[in-house]
Amino acid sequence: MATSAAVSVSRAGAVLGRAGGGLARGIAIGYLSLIVLVPLSALVWSSRSEGMDTFWQEVTKPQALSALKLTLGVSFLVAAFNALTGTAIAWVLVRDSFPGKGFFNSVIDLPFALPTIVAGLVLLELYGPNSPFGVDVAFQRAGIVLALLFVTLPFVVRAVQPVLLELDREMEEAAESLGARRLAVFRRIVFPNLLPAVLSGVALAFARAVGEFGSVVLISGNIPFKTEVSSVYIAGQIESDNPTGAAAVSVVLLLISLAVLLAIGAFRHWRTRHDR
Amino acid sequence: MTAKYALRFGALGYLALLLLLPVGLVFYRTFEHGFHPAWAAVTSPQALHALWLTLIIAAIAVPLNTLFGVVLAIALVRHRFPGRGLLNAVVDLPLALSPVVVGLSLYLLYGTGGWLGGLAGHGIKILFALPGMILATIFVSLPFVVREVVPVLREIGTDQEQAAETLGAAPFTTFRRITLPAIRWAVCYGVVLTTARAIGEFGAVSIVSGRIEGKTETLPLYVQSQFEGFNTTGAFAACVVLALIALATVLAMRMFRPKEGAA
Repeated sequence: MATSAAVSVSRAGAVLGRAGGGLARGIAIGYLSLIVLVPLSALVWSSRSEGMDTFWQEVTKPQALSALKLTLGVSFLVAAFNALTGTAIAWVLVRDSFPGKGFFNSVIDLPFALPTIVAGLVLLELYGPNSPFGVDVAFQRAGIVLALLFVTLPFVVRAVQPVLLELDREMEEAAESLGARRLAVFRRIVFPNLLPAVLSGVALAFARAVGEFGSVVLISGNIPFKTEVSSVYIAGQIESDNPTGAAAVSVVLLLISLAVLLAIGAFRHWRTRHDR
Repeated sequence: MTAKYALRFGALGYLALLLLLPVGLVFYRTFEHGFHPAWAAVTSPQALHALWLTLIIAAIAVPLNTLFGVVLAIALVRHRFPGRGLLNAVVDLPLALSPVVVGLSLYLLYGTGGWLGGLAGHGIKILFALPGMILATIFVSLPFVVREVVPVLREIGTDQEQAAETLGAAPFTTFRRITLPAIRWAVCYGVVLTTARAIGEFGAVSIVSGRIEGKTETLPLYVQSQFEGFNTTGAFAACVVLALIALATVLAMRMFRPKEGAA
């Protein structure tokens, strides 16, 4: 009697839970549609509203292509550089110990917390025409790279740190006791374990670099064919009342973002498969 | 041994040159001529309005993203349904998408000739007004709470929730007494990240707002307009306000950061 009552209560709970699940799912889908999916659909629709020919014309305009090439070029450079510096910084923060380590560990998050326009202005002040060091990268491609390095700094560090913390030191010690050199230990044992994390960090940094706007807009000077990146080009097209052109290039950036997310999904899958 | 020190000083030197010195210099430049010019710049009506608008937008966008972020995380972790993988990808999209693309999408949706452009004719002004700026901010800051809560939900599993349900707890009671206490620090961490992004958003808001001075200008937009108008004191002073908010964010992140192995 008591058991059947408990069963019926738990069944009622399950039914309610399922109804709650339906509600949660409905709210989730509704919210995402309203905020993300409908606007993006409007973007894709607008980019093609004057036909596929116009779409291609807009994407392959010399100024648009030049901006896209520059964007991809500097983003690759910045992402690759981050693979090195990010791994090195994560290593120092996990394996080394020195006074002020907690402070430096917190500083890593600064680019996440600092508004991008502030990042741009701050870099322009130190590495621009008024530089106290005499280093002026304003209105140059080097300036874009610098701004992108600033805003993408945390991605690789924060991806590698937890993996490095969890990594079993015994394997390394065993290899060292067997006479492996430190570099060999890193290359054969540490690096393969870090690789999936490094790659997801690099992919996120790349995506961020491709889309970055606020930190680049002041320091790059936005000179067409020279220092104009795609996001700035899009903003320019909106201002000069060519929404179709802006939408066409935006769709290209959207596709790049989707491709990067797919790649990150693959890295994550790879890492969890390794764990098993 | 030398390699160890080379690595340490290389890494710290890089952080100093890239992050600390630039931010430090702007603090120095702002207060170079004393405290008063900076204070006067920050308390000018235009700057105060920009600050106020920034806070209003954050005050609306952050609670919405917190509430819906928790619901989204629960839907993604606790329920299996067709299209869940797609939903998962859509949640991550704002992290990987250019803010300019976000702004343009809203601009095309709510602008003249857009699918919802007709709303303006009915007196519902979204573009170049507060609602559009809020929508843009919600879009770009959407993933943070979800992404922090999802791994915690996975880790705690469903044993306790099922036990509570078996004992007859209503779903909301189970959520309030079991799930919420387990995810609260993750929610707090997500809220900190969401707030920082909401306050600092520039690209998306810049396109959707139309940048009308004294009307739709947030503090980050104010920084740009003052800098381009050669009012560097005003731009730097606003930068310092935003940088102080960022420093508070970093401190809060340190407090709430999910720790390995600790609940």
